[in-house]
Amino acid sequence: MKLYGATVSWNVTRCVVALEEAGAEYQIVPIDFATAEHKSPDHLARNPFGQVPAFQDGDLHLWESRAICMYVARKHKPDLLREGNLKESAMVDVWLEVEANQYTAALNPILYQCLVSPMFGGTTDQKVVEENLEKLKKVLEVYEARLAKHKYLAGDFLSLADLNHVSVTLCLLATPHASLFDPYPHVKAWWDGLMARPSVQKVAALMKPSA
Amino acid sequence: MAPLKLYGMPLSPNVVRVATVLNEKGLDFEIIPVDLTTGAHKQPDFLALNPFGQIPALVDGDEVLYESRAINRYIATKYASSGAALLPATPSAKLEVWLEVESHHFYPNASPLVFQLVFRPLFGGAPDPVVVDKHAHELAKVLDVYEAHLAQNKYLAGDQFTLADANHASYLLYLTKTPKAGLVNDRPHVKAWWEDIAARPAFQKTAAALPLPPPPSA
Repeated sequence: MKLYGATVSWNVTRCVVALEEAGAEYQIVPIDFATAEHKSPDHLARNPFGQVPAFQDGDLHLWESRAICMYVARKHKPDLLREGNLKESAMVDVWLEVEANQYTAALNPILYQCLVSPMFGGTTDQKVVEENLEKLKKVLEVYEARLAKHKYLAGDFLSLADLNHVSVTLCLLATPHASLFDPYPHVKAWWDGLMARPSVQKVAALMKPSA
Repeated sequence: MAPLKLYGMPLSPNVVRVATVLNEKGLDFEIIPVDLTTGAHKQPDFLALNPFGQIPALVDGDEVLYESRAINRYIATKYASSGAALLPATPSAKLEVWLEVESHHFYPNASPLVFQLVFRPLFGGAPDPVVVDKHAHELAKVLDVYEAHLAQNKYLAGDQFTLADANHASYLLYLTKTPKAGLVNDRPHVKAWWEDIAARPAFQKTAAALPLPPPPSA
């Protein structure tokens, strides 16, 4: 399996987490944004939106990090999805959507302002950061209530829904807002549990996010 | 079997996303109004269904779900043998890609466009031209990718109509009622794809049920 992209991208490393957890054999093929390689015909053939990650497994070419993660989970660790158990898979699907539409939707602009903009010589728009921190805190209140009742987001089992949070949360640790989880003890415990997993440790080392 | 309960405002495109799939499956459902204008979505009764305080939510017996795309996948899975098959028997990675494309490329641009051009006027406001132009520009680029894809594929995941197509229907319906309908209609394969979806009897039922005001007279 080939994963195309740079490990500085949290969308790329979202897939690395899934690949590591699934114990899949894969290689990361770097795509150089500095030379606009992501807009080259070769890369556009892999991802017509000219983004990373892109993925290849034999003849199969995929893009969109969460579609890639789902493919990897289905192939190598279907237990992460619980398909075949309607109640459990429904919860996995709800929390997969929540990660994308509630959690990462609020966290993305914070990461962009704090980590990406400065990388390109831009400034951090504190207003955007503050607005999204407020949104994220409201989301974390819901997570706190959920994780007070269940060990993991979809229930008492680890699922892809938990894992899809890892890459963006590792990046949060590289911003001035690393202690955001402190007021939410169950969220913190959930995160500490994820951090202890060998797969997550490996991805953290790979990312070495720089502020 | 008791009708499923779909909580939300009947005109909300995310609610209609779910109604689309419920009708494709031929399922009996009722829309239980949650009036966003009175803040009903932030009241304890509704938060008990969706703690994120957003519509839609779905109640199917004991099962309470939210996030329209998760709801749709659940319906397509549980009721696989009713109505149109929206998920293939063998999981399709290509289908997963286009479900994500709807969520992360189409929707982030279609949604603000529909809000500005359809819903602001409905509530007595005017569209913000800066927001409209920005998202029309972005959606044009996205739909160029769809155009190329649909030139090679009848539907997004291949030969068959699937959940990936169904998840686009509500926003396509609204978009094609606005001055930005050209985004769809100027792209022959996108237009043909939309017209095919619009002609589906189940979707005609969904569209007919929308309490839309009549268009302004010319």
